[in-house]
Amino acid sequence: MADQLVIGGVALESRLFLGSGKYSSNAIIPAIVEASGAQVITVAVRRVDPGAGSENILSHIPRSCRLMPNTSGARNAQEAVRIARLARAAGCGDWIKIEVISDNRHLLPDNQETIEATRILAAEGFIVLPYMSPDLMAAKRMAEAGAAAVMPLGAPIGTNRGFRTRELVAIMIDELDVPVIVDAGIGKPSEACECMELGAAAVLANTAIATAADPVGMARAFAQAVAAGRAAWLAGPGAVSEQARASSPLTGFLHE
Amino acid sequence: MTIFDELRRYDGFDFPGFLAGVTDAHVARALQKERLTPQDYLALLSPAAARHLEPMAQKARDLTIRHFGRAMVLFTPLYLANHCTNQCVYCGFNTKNRIERRKLTLEEVEAEALAIAATGLKHILILTGEDRKQTPPAYMADCIRVLKRYFTSIAIEVYPLTQEEYALLIEAGADGMTMFQEVYDETVYAELHPKGPKRDYRFRLEAPDRAGRAGMRQLNIGALLGLNSWRTEAFFTGLHADWLQRAYPDAEVAVSPPRMRPHAGGFPPREIVSDAELVQYILAFRLFMPRGGVTLSTRERPGLRDNLLGLGVTRMSAGVCTQVGGRASGQHATGQFEISDPRSVDEMAQALYQRGYQPVYKDWQYL
Ligand code: SF4
Repeated sequence: MADQLVIGGVALESRLFLGSGKYSSNAIIPAIVEASGAQVITVAVRRVDPGAGSENILSHIPRSCRLMPNTSGARNAQEAVRIARLARAAGCGDWIKIEVISDNRHLLPDNQETIEATRILAAEGFIVLPYMSPDLMAAKRMAEAGAAAVMPLGAPIGTNRGFRTRELVAIMIDELDVPVIVDAGIGKPSEACECMELGAAAVLANTAIATAADPVGMARAFAQAVAAGRAAWLAGPGAVSEQARASSPLTGFLHE
Repeated sequence: MTIFDELRRYDGFDFPGFLAGVTDAHVARALQKERLTPQDYLALLSPAAARHLEPMAQKARDLTIRHFGRAMVLFTPLYLANHCTNQCVYCGFNTKNRIERRKLTLEEVEAEALAIAATGLKHILILTGEDRKQTPPAYMADCIRVLKRYFTSIAIEVYPLTQEEYALLIEAGADGMTMFQEVYDETVYAELHPKGPKRDYRFRLEAPDRAGRAGMRQLNIGALLGLNSWRTEAFFTGLHADWLQRAYPDAEVAVSPPRMRPHAGGFPPREIVSDAELVQYILAFRLFMPRGGVTLSTRERPGLRDNLLGLGVTRMSAGVCTQVGGRASGQHATGQFEISDPRSVDEMAQALYQRGYQPVYKDWQYL
């Protein structure tokens, strides 16, 4: 059976999600999508202008890709909800990545407002993927509120600092029933691989690919790294248990 | 506490002494740091730091691309009126200058809006002189309501308003404000603003604060370079921006570093700010506030603007006309100042693409 990630009833083969806001030209997006094999791409609703002709970002996104509009720019739950509704009305579909940021210095998400927006939008039938600070309790509340997955940050947006929140995300992966997608801060393919080895369901990359000297080459590298990390995670549990069985337990004598 | 009290803390501070005492080692240390103190920022504005422009530029470019992408937000100003009751010695709209005074009717606003919308831009900045009788807040609100039909983001660059008046304009559809303090040095400020309501230094200084309290989404500030020592003015502008970002964490804070341009008044700049100094200011600010916006106007010439865009700039104006009603009516009234980059929006977009940057026409959706 193929190893698929199912979100909102949609089965995905690729576990690499893309961002779209930082490229030198929207025209490069099809090549990035192809090299990365990504099937999900996030687009800021604030950047979408259906009337803009060739400057309209939506016209550059291949049909093979699922749109995940995001609420970038929203400062509270109400604004996120309004942006989500605008996205749906503009024909962007039902998926919505909630981004609620009320701290422009570090761009850290507001979990409290995000839970609220998740609740409202899930009830309206959206497939909700909240971007969040890695916090188990907040993630549980998002899941209860109807989130289809949760998207904790690996490090603050745009820092390329790597998987700094590893300990907290590991706990989330262990404890949550919804997929955990590491979003933001991942700067190198090896770090994306690390997320996947740990059991993350997927990784979203934007800055790392968009700011690379060769974005298409970097997109390909990320695809390979995410696939390798996933393969390692799938192979990992088996190998670990086999080793445990093969070795003689140190405390076996107690039962003799 | 307001920014006024914050700036008071620097009363008596020996700026010339500090700037002259900055060493290469201090600059190098500031360059290593991830978070700069105000003193580090001032060190990067020093004459010593001018010897380190290249490493500063490398770091600034890297930070800008990581945070803002290879993207440049474009906007254009729309002058609603040039009536003014002030006598700023450096401005073409100065009440004593004999120029034709006009204010757009709502029909004319719509005609201008159509002409701008045809270029694809969705961000607009409306401007007036300072004349509460001719252009009261209610008039601005009416104009904003017309413009809302064509643009997704409307910012205002008008005389300082009260918090209630800012709230009124936000209600009408404004989401950003620009306020140039012009000069942070209070004594110099008094000399350059001999008459009119603009003499009230503090009311102007605290305007972005009132706008922030009213819920304005974007706060853009700046000093007019050339009116006083640029190093201290740049320092105070950065401090002000940092203060606003702390006070209003959910606002987008940006600075503009405009240099003086020729205009109908003929006042010569007190200090000529060189290209290298302008660059130093932009770089130092970027390192001090990695996520702060930097807006660059068409006061600068095309070649320089193209080279500056990789160094920290996040927003540029394009297709600019500083005359009231200049686009739709083809009027040739005197503008506020002479622009140096007359490129159309299309030409600007092509120049950006050529340098590996994406022109962004829409970066906000009016909610
Ligand atoms: S700078 Fe502004 S306030 Fe001063 S004269 Fe010009 S338009 Fe009037």
